[in-house]
Amino acid sequence: MIYSEKVMDHFANPRNVGEIENADGVGEVGNAKCGDIMKMYLKIDNGIITDVKFKTFGCGAAVATSSMATELIKGKPIEEAVKLSNKAVIEALDGLPPAKLHCSVLAEQATKAALSDYYRRNGIDPVPIVGRIEDCEDCESCGI
Amino acid sequence: MEKRFIYADNAATTKVTQNVLDAMLPIFTENFGNASSIYNLGMDAAKIVLASREKVANALGAKVNEIYFTAGGSESDNWAIKGAAEIGAKKGKKHIITTAIEHHAVLHTCEYLEKHGFEVTYLPVDEYGRITVEQVENAIREDTCLVTVMFANNEIGTIMPIPEIGKLCRQKKVLFHTDAVQAVGHVPINVKEMNIDMLSLSGHKIHAPKGVGALYIKTGIALPNLIAGGAQERGKRAGTENVPGIVGLATAITDACADIPEKTERIAALRDKLIDGILQIPQTRLNGHPTQRLAGNVNISIRGVEGESMLLLLDLNGICASSGSACTSGSLDPSHVLLAIGLPHEIAHGSLRLSLGEDITEEEIDYIIETVPKVVTKLRSMSPLWERICSTEGLNPDGTPKA
Repeated sequence: MIYSEKVMDHFANPRNVGEIENADGVGEVGNAKCGDIMKMYLKIDNGIITDVKFKTFGCGAAVATSSMATELIKGKPIEEAVKLSNKAVIEALDGLPPAKLHCSVLAEQATKAALSDYYRRNGIDPVPIVGRIEDCEDCESCGI
Repeated sequence: MEKRFIYADNAATTKVTQNVLDAMLPIFTENFGNASSIYNLGMDAAKIVLASREKVANALGAKVNEIYFTAGGSESDNWAIKGAAEIGAKKGKKHIITTAIEHHAVLHTCEYLEKHGFEVTYLPVDEYGRITVEQVENAIREDTCLVTVMFANNEIGTIMPIPEIGKLCRQKKVLFHTDAVQAVGHVPINVKEMNIDMLSLSGHKIHAPKGVGALYIKTGIALPNLIAGGAQERGKRAGTENVPGIVGLATAITDACADIPEKTERIAALRDKLIDGILQIPQTRLNGHPTQRLAGNVNISIRGVEGESMLLLLDLNGICASSGSACTSGSLDPSHVLLAIGLPHEIAHGSLRLSLGEDITEEEIDYIIETVPKVVTKLRSMSPLWERICSTEGLNPDGTPKA
């Protein structure tokens, strides 16, 4: 299996690792059984993501996709962050091995879960804006 | 600081030693003849193959005509199991006994046979990865045509009670095959004393090149031919002999079996030091048997971290290792071996296998003992799973219980 240099860079030197106290939105996806958990924290001021942190339990690609997702949404308006796709994460990392594509889906979902939490806290139904976050149990790549 | 390089994945593959390479090199350019040719160059090649077959036979306590060269361990396993199944089917015997922790070369062959009308019993293992001879005895039926049990496990290093199983199978007149890919050169083996009917071995696990292996088939077992064609390997496995590989295998197995007791005593001492060192990290456990294990095998589960990221960070620190995590298995399920010894998925994902070679030094062991905790601390500090474990079980961030 081959990881791109960008994946290795984001794995070895992950950007935005950590937690945000009093975050405006927190999302967690994945589960320990599958071997991947991503947790994302957002600080949002006037509709702009001013800070973002993550914690990930998972493989090299899981760490790298989380790191890249935080880079892609940091400083962006939430309307733009909502549109973050796993494809954008893959492209930004110069590709992922086929067996690791699900990690990019998880990174997209972690971002969306954190944004949904933000909308909910502000009394807004996130589903029409963010869409439904699939439960890990619905994921087709895992037979568990 | 100079970048370290410590190869601790000898259960995956090994380096070809200088002695093996020296034995092989002339075969490529000087003694390159086809062993089937009649002129001197060809006869020389035939003599070299014969001498190599003798060496492999000697290493196993077998007769020279009982050794068949193959392309490796997986081929040998496939041949032995499918062949035994074919023999059994002719007598109406379509039941096979194996274990839950075999290599995929055995398990997937058994699954293939299940699709073709065979019934397979997968014996469960205990928490150390062992089966008992009683389990085999209870599973043997009138229609059992084969018992196949690995000599030693590739992931957790557990050594199976092969002599006892061999004796039972001989009494019950059931064919007994063992996948000894991980055991050859590390555990003394005598196929006659151990009542083994067929034994698979691989070259590249014992410092021979990749692409060569052997199957021992006891005289009298009419195993069907594997490859139709010429008369090579007494017609059972046609194709011009891989003479350089065969010479490499013969040299390597001779070297590997020359000093097993001394070698394993030295490596096992370093292994135990390494195990003790890594187990100092809180929330870790040893997988496999404490004593009935391969001298070079260390397999430890580390809670709250995922195996592949551990391997990548170790590699950045110059250590080559392996894991049973899903992410390294090419699927999304963690190792079937770790699940079979009763580990929950989340703990199986965080396993680390270090397999030591003959040239490992104490200084290298110390470096690994020093490096693994740093890697674990880094990964735990960014793991939401670890955060949850600490909060639900009342642990400090370093994994020690809160006072």
